[in-house]
Amino acid sequence: MTPIFELKQVGYKVDDQQILQQIDLTIQPGEFVTLAGPSGSGKSTLLRVLATLLTPTSGELWYNGQAQASYDKITYRREVSYCFQQPSLFGETVRDNLAFPFDIRKQAFDDTKATEALESVDLTASMLTKAITSLSGGEKQRVALIRNLLFPPKVLLLDEITTGLDGTTKAIVHRLINTMNQRGITVISVTHDEGEIAAASRLLQVVAGRLEVSADAK
Amino acid sequence: MQNNLIVSPTALTFAIILVAVALAINFKEHIGLEKDVLVGVIRAVIQLTVVGYVLTYIIKVDRVWLTLLMVAIIMLNAAWNARGRANGIPHAFVISLAAIATATILTLLLLVGAHAIAFVPSQVVPITGMIASNVMVATGLCYRSLNTSFHDQRQAVLERLALGADLKQASIVIVRTAIRTGMAPTVDSAKTVGLVSLPGMMSGLIFAGVDPTKAIMYQIMVTFMLLGATSLGSVIACYAAYPQFYNHDLQLR
Repeated sequence: MTPIFELKQVGYKVDDQQILQQIDLTIQPGEFVTLAGPSGSGKSTLLRVLATLLTPTSGELWYNGQAQASYDKITYRREVSYCFQQPSLFGETVRDNLAFPFDIRKQAFDDTKATEALESVDLTASMLTKAITSLSGGEKQRVALIRNLLFPPKVLLLDEITTGLDGTTKAIVHRLINTMNQRGITVISVTHDEGEIAAASRLLQVVAGRLEVSADAK
Repeated sequence: MQNNLIVSPTALTFAIILVAVALAINFKEHIGLEKDVLVGVIRAVIQLTVVGYVLTYIIKVDRVWLTLLMVAIIMLNAAWNARGRANGIPHAFVISLAAIATATILTLLLLVGAHAIAFVPSQVVPITGMIASNVMVATGLCYRSLNTSFHDQRQAVLERLALGADLKQASIVIVRTAIRTGMAPTVDSAKTVGLVSLPGMMSGLIFAGVDPTKAIMYQIMVTFMLLGATSLGSVIACYAAYPQFYNHDLQLR
């Protein structure tokens, strides 16, 4: 099977500071990979490199059997979707945010699809008209997550998206991510959460910009 | 009529008292603009004196090429000044020149074509200065707004890019705000013209003894002209400048 990601000696540096070095990594389609490691070790940078928000300064990065650099960036980012730790919501209402993925694809807003997405994270259709300023942290993160999933990507990159969420919201988010993974979406998740690390099916440790340990946790 | 217009060197010398007032306020309040005030005053005296003689010559010889040269110099100067406000935006001079030249030339062509003004140096040069300076200010404001927004809204732009937006989709909110900012002074002055300020051209004509009811006709024309020119200039500057905030990999610089 062609790996979804293949990294050969990937490095990333800013000025003289080496943030990622000699990363060798292969990820198969449909895998759920958990990235852990100390703060500032380069986990988020690795995720951003995979999302093409940063370009590696050395090494080779292959996506789906093709060099990442050869992909059209817009098409790629719609297939490899990056979720931020502290997402910022756009416009004024929840609808503005859920309309964005339709707008950029020049498609009409689909109310049914948006409602189903809201319900998948235990929110209701009435949320659509709610002002983003009145949302709780958990609601914001859920709206941001379904904004990434309205048009299901092939890969979901999660950058500590459950940090600061309460137990109930975390469970809702985990449920949706697991469902997506079961449907074949590859998930790569950066986390500090001990529960998530313990439950990881494939755990990778990033330490000082290097991939230190690769182990099958479960 | 001419008697109204004489400002003697003695009168100008007395007007320096007003500069002294500005300097005194600067010293007293520790504002720190003394040097700028002095440089501004000296530059204004030298530049205006030179321009006065140059304009006298250009108007006297009345040659098309000389008028066009003056128009070009005004636009180049305006673009150079606007570039200074770009704060590192790449290609800011070329972008400013494109915005200022397009807005100025199109507006001039419309005015001359509609016989609102005649293609004579005494009309074309001052009108060019008016248009170019307003577009220059608008362009500078656009740059400032773009810089501030791309800095403050970096995360939101990144998120739009990550969702698969193209550069325009990722930046459109910022671009619209910048265009609004660029046009705001002209729109505001159009709203208050005559109520708050009696603008330069109208005041000049009244000073020169022209009937105020005739002077307003020119001012209305100037208001329309500046609205059109600053809109066009702001749109061109913003649309040409926003891609400069990204690299070839569609990432924020």
